[in-house]
Amino acid sequence: MTGIDWGFILNQTLARSLDLNAAVYALAAVGLNVHFGYAGLLNFGQVGFVAVGAYGMGLAITLWQTGPFVAVLMGIGFAVVFALLLGIPTLRLRADYLAIVTIAAAEIVRLLARSTALRNVTRGAEGLNEFIGPFRELSPFNPSLLYGIGPFQYRGSQFFAIVIGWVVTLLTLLLVWQLMRSPWGRVVKAIREDEDAARALGKNAYWYKLQALILGGVIGGLAGMVLAIGNATIQPDFFVAPLTFFFWLVLILGGVGRVWSPVVGSIIFWALITFVRNLGRAMVNEGLIPTSIMDTSQVDQIQFWIVGVALALLMVFRPQGIFGSREEMALDAR
Amino acid sequence: MPAETATRADVLADVPHEPGAPKPDPIVVVDGMRKAFGGLIAVDVEHLEIQRGVITALIGPNGAGKTTFFNLLTGFDSPDTGHAVFDGQAIDGYRPYQLAGLGMVRTFQLTKSLTKLSVIENMKLGAKGQRGERFLPSLFTPLWRRQEEEIEERAMELLRRFQLDHMRDEYAGTLSGGQRKLLEMARALMVEPKLIMLDEPMAGVNPALTQSLLEHVKRLPAEEGATVVFVEHDMDVVRDISDWVVVMAEGKIIAEGPHSSIGQNQAVIDAYLGAHHDAPLDPEQEDEWLREDRLELGDVPPLREEP
Ligand SMILES: Nc1ncnc2c1ncn2[C@@H]1O[C@H](COP(=O)(O)OP(=O)(O)O)[C@@H](O)[C@H]1O
Ligand SMILES: [Mg+2]
Repeated sequence: MTGIDWGFILNQTLARSLDLNAAVYALAAVGLNVHFGYAGLLNFGQVGFVAVGAYGMGLAITLWQTGPFVAVLMGIGFAVVFALLLGIPTLRLRADYLAIVTIAAAEIVRLLARSTALRNVTRGAEGLNEFIGPFRELSPFNPSLLYGIGPFQYRGSQFFAIVIGWVVTLLTLLLVWQLMRSPWGRVVKAIREDEDAARALGKNAYWYKLQALILGGVIGGLAGMVLAIGNATIQPDFFVAPLTFFFWLVLILGGVGRVWSPVVGSIIFWALITFVRNLGRAMVNEGLIPTSIMDTSQVDQIQFWIVGVALALLMVFRPQGIFGSREEMALDAR
Repeated sequence: MPAETATRADVLADVPHEPGAPKPDPIVVVDGMRKAFGGLIAVDVEHLEIQRGVITALIGPNGAGKTTFFNLLTGFDSPDTGHAVFDGQAIDGYRPYQLAGLGMVRTFQLTKSLTKLSVIENMKLGAKGQRGERFLPSLFTPLWRRQEEEIEERAMELLRRFQLDHMRDEYAGTLSGGQRKLLEMARALMVEPKLIMLDEPMAGVNPALTQSLLEHVKRLPAEEGATVVFVEHDMDVVRDISDWVVVMAEGKIIAEGPHSSIGQNQAVIDAYLGAHHDAPLDPEQEDEWLREDRLELGDVPPLREEP
């Protein structure tokens, strides 16, 4: 028995809180924040946008041999088309129609991507891999070296994507911040609260909702591209429905409708998950938790329970999230 | 102001007091407009003209179809049949935002203040043709800052007039019911409407605020150049501010005229008091009724189920 290595756990916790996944989740949650936090759109299929963005970029290179920048534009284009497909038929209807359609559509994307019918295009469950070449060439980092400071050390092969991920995240925050202080943001927020009031004042609510759906969807698509570049692969079974709910969790943790909340939410989410997982493993290894109760592989499942409990506690004690405004929440009750 | 009222009333002096009467300069003309909900015919207006530049009251028992008629005119609901012309332009099938763009703005029976926007943001939302409301220009503040300042100035002017300027940065959700009605009306004026349609603007407003609200409505034609149509149940209010009264019952226009002509109208009495009332009321009796609040029109349930 050497005791629990708190230094290691802390190191891991810090490192994972800024890792590739944290950036990807943050970015996807920024998109959700545009949808739900500002425009009031219920998107329960954000993972669909993430998938479509990744596949758009990947297919551009594997099918049409485009360069990396054109590929990214293709990813964006795919996300736009996906938003139009989901939005045009539903955004005139009640809010719940979009919710239902997005859940289904995200799952359809995944099933299509892994289907045998599209085997020649998407390579089924195996996924796309060859797209990574052009991005490797762009990367200034040596794949076999470690980069970073202090506990934040990342392998060169992923570091490029991590940097891109956070830079893109910050750029989208800037974009969202500017939009939401502009008259455009005012209209969108008005529509979130009362669509009819906005329409009576001459605003084309449908068109604004469509714009918001496209914007948040494209940001989700960017998350997918960052993920693909970081993992050097695009596999359909990564884009499963529960991912959308982790994006929601990240958003709610940070506080819905605040510019910075997806980033803070994602960092806390990943820190929490990593901490719980590593502490759990250490405790099992040290015999503090008998293997008759739990072994190390079960720790990985337990972590989500604990995150769930943490979220429930947050909702009890700080329902507006970390950044949210209690004042604004109180107005709902009136 | 009396001079203004006099000229407004004069315009309608020669208009016959009958349903569908033609007006000298109508801003709205409605023809054969019908709307049924299942078996219930909510609106069935054969012909109606609304005179420009005056205040028209739309009255009728609860369920007469006034709100539905508003919805049909403003594009929030679509009629089964019928045509409407606004300011010389056919507006059939227009959407609410397009009609607002043409200058037809409404308020709602249940106030729709945007509670999580500040009072001033509520106001600024109303302004038309904002460059910063388009996606790409919104990204570059210099493209819309100047216009935003102008809009804010106009908004503050209106807020001062409606005595809400001290609340400018408060969430609209913190306002009282009456203040919200004021805000909603002021916000509608930000659209610079040619026609403003107020659905029960005084409902739920405490008496202290009613008077100031009434004064604002009265001044709209002169100060904003707006035509006003409003739904109201209180006959005192109708008498006080309307130049013309249109009475609806069971979806139909059953009477039109200045308020003085309405009280004696047999069809109106029937609609409010039941179909087989025989003795016509003279004006004095009518006043008596009103004073006793027996003709608080809205409180009388619809009488369509009468045998
Ligand atoms: N969306 C609707 N669906 C079914 N019936 C409706 C609907 N809206 C209004 N009605 C009915 O139409 C009639 C007219 O209603 P409304 O226009 O609200 O009357 P008013 O505003 O004059 O009180 C009422 O009988 C009402 O119940
Ligand atoms: Mg009504």
